Amino acid sequence: MSSKRGATSTAIAAKNVTVSYGAEPVLIDVDLDITDGELIGIVGPSGSGKSTLLKVLLGSVPLKSGSVDRRSGIAVGLVPQVEHIDWSFPVTVAECVGMARARGVRTPWITKGERAEIGSVLDRLGLNGLANRHIRDLSGGQQQRVFLARALFTKAEVIFLDEPTSGLDVKTRHEVLHLLDDLNRQGLTIVLTTHDLNGIAAHLPKIVCLNTRVIGAGAPEDVLVPDVLERTYGSPMHILEHGGMRVVVDSPLFLIDDTGRASA
Amino acid sequence: MMLAADLFKPFEFEFFRNGVIVATLAGALCGVVGCYVVLRNMSYIGHGLSHAIFGGYAVAGLIGINLFLGAGAWGVITALAIGGIVRRRPIGSDAAIGVVTTASFALGLALVQLYGSPGQNADALLFGNVLGVTFADVWLIVAVSIGAALFIGFGYRQLLFTTFDMEVAKATGVRTGLVDGLLMVLLSATVLATMNVMGVTLIAANLVVPAVVARMLTDSFGRMLGYAGVIGAVSGFVGMNASYHLDVASGPTIVLTAAAFFIVAFVAGGSLRRRAATVGHAH
Repeated sequence: MSSKRGATSTAIAAKNVTVSYGAEPVLIDVDLDITDGELIGIVGPSGSGKSTLLKVLLGSVPLKSGSVDRRSGIAVGLVPQVEHIDWSFPVTVAECVGMARARGVRTPWITKGERAEIGSVLDRLGLNGLANRHIRDLSGGQQQRVFLARALFTKAEVIFLDEPTSGLDVKTRHEVLHLLDDLNRQGLTIVLTTHDLNGIAAHLPKIVCLNTRVIGAGAPEDVLVPDVLERTYGSPMHILEHGGMRVVVDSPLFLIDDTGRASA
Repeated sequence: MMLAADLFKPFEFEFFRNGVIVATLAGALCGVVGCYVVLRNMSYIGHGLSHAIFGGYAVAGLIGINLFLGAGAWGVITALAIGGIVRRRPIGSDAAIGVVTTASFALGLALVQLYGSPGQNADALLFGNVLGVTFADVWLIVAVSIGAALFIGFGYRQLLFTTFDMEVAKATGVRTGLVDGLLMVLLSATVLATMNVMGVTLIAANLVVPAVVARMLTDSFGRMLGYAGVIGAVSGFVGMNASYHLDVASGPTIVLTAAAFFIVAFVAGGSLRRRAATVGHAH
């Protein structure tokens, strides 16, 4: 997957950011520039601070030190993990998208103009005809796209996605990935977190390896290397070449032989 | 057999007319506000706040300020404290409500035991009293209803976004703390304005039952608000009339009317689901 796009202007820049929840630091001295038109994947083990880094870039967590500069007036959107959604909440697709335009004085109802805009966003994401469906009554990929539509409806220039392919099957994961690539090619800046090194991260133009600190950042061929991955995940990993693709595999410390015995 | 004239007879009495207006508006108000309460998994807060306000009533009496204003201010502080604790500490809203409101209620009981009830209406505050509904109560519920309509009207999307997805709402610029605080103020005002007719012991039902019934009827948030308001208003109106004709306190008859809506929605919902499943299998 290739990035768009000849972009040069910095949208958001984190400089020497340290964040703590209580005494325990979650992020230490993190530097990250988000440039217009980029498609960036943040990878790292559980608890490495990926979601916190998204919140830092969104400006929704207090910093212990450092700074985050966002271009004046920039509109951002967040697509949450689907596991965090209350699927029993009574909200239709149109209501879910419409709620996003909440700042300032708004009519309680979705206006005719907004309805047309929502229709256009839903069409763009392949959700036409689903505006009056309850969000629970959609497939996993459609649910993910509803929340993307909500972010797009705010006219966001940068969209953050927290584990957008978590819990999705392979086919749906590919659909979401291609959709994100299409949106990126249309000029949208996208930052996502993922656990999926081979299915998602390896296909992105830029990867940030995070484990409380930024261990490495750059193109997959520069970052998906044993040294960076071991320092990120705390465990040895190998890179295999398969059909021109880089495939990351675990390197277990012990192997189980045919008799069920472990050997180093 | 009851004649139409018998049905309208109680409307000859001013106290009853006041009671019906307050009960109907209170039902609609509690129905709408209750949607936010139920969807935030804070169903217990109506029960807790109404008890907490009893503490404010006792404290207001002790320090010699207007009982109504004192109880109201206490309710707002309690509600804000609950919201603040939930946001700042890793404990659930149910636990925060349990701690703050029972402590406040206990304080009220202790003060009443030590220094006596500050007014004649302590029992009415606890159990409701339609005979005690005055014209001032009518104005209060009208004022709170107008305030609620303005707040929910102008803040509809912020309230919906914050209730459904607080983290994303906050991340995209909604002032979720302010929205939460104002909702708690509205909730306190609602409890305070409806206490006379419902009594603190039954307000929770008025907040929860119409919203739950409405949720069973629709998957749309906008329609849920509308249905809950109508169900609450009808429950208030019918319950108040039933109270007069059956000679039973108004609080229980209003709640039982709302409960009847719940039973109908539950049974009808079950039959519809079974029918849909049968049709689905047939295809």
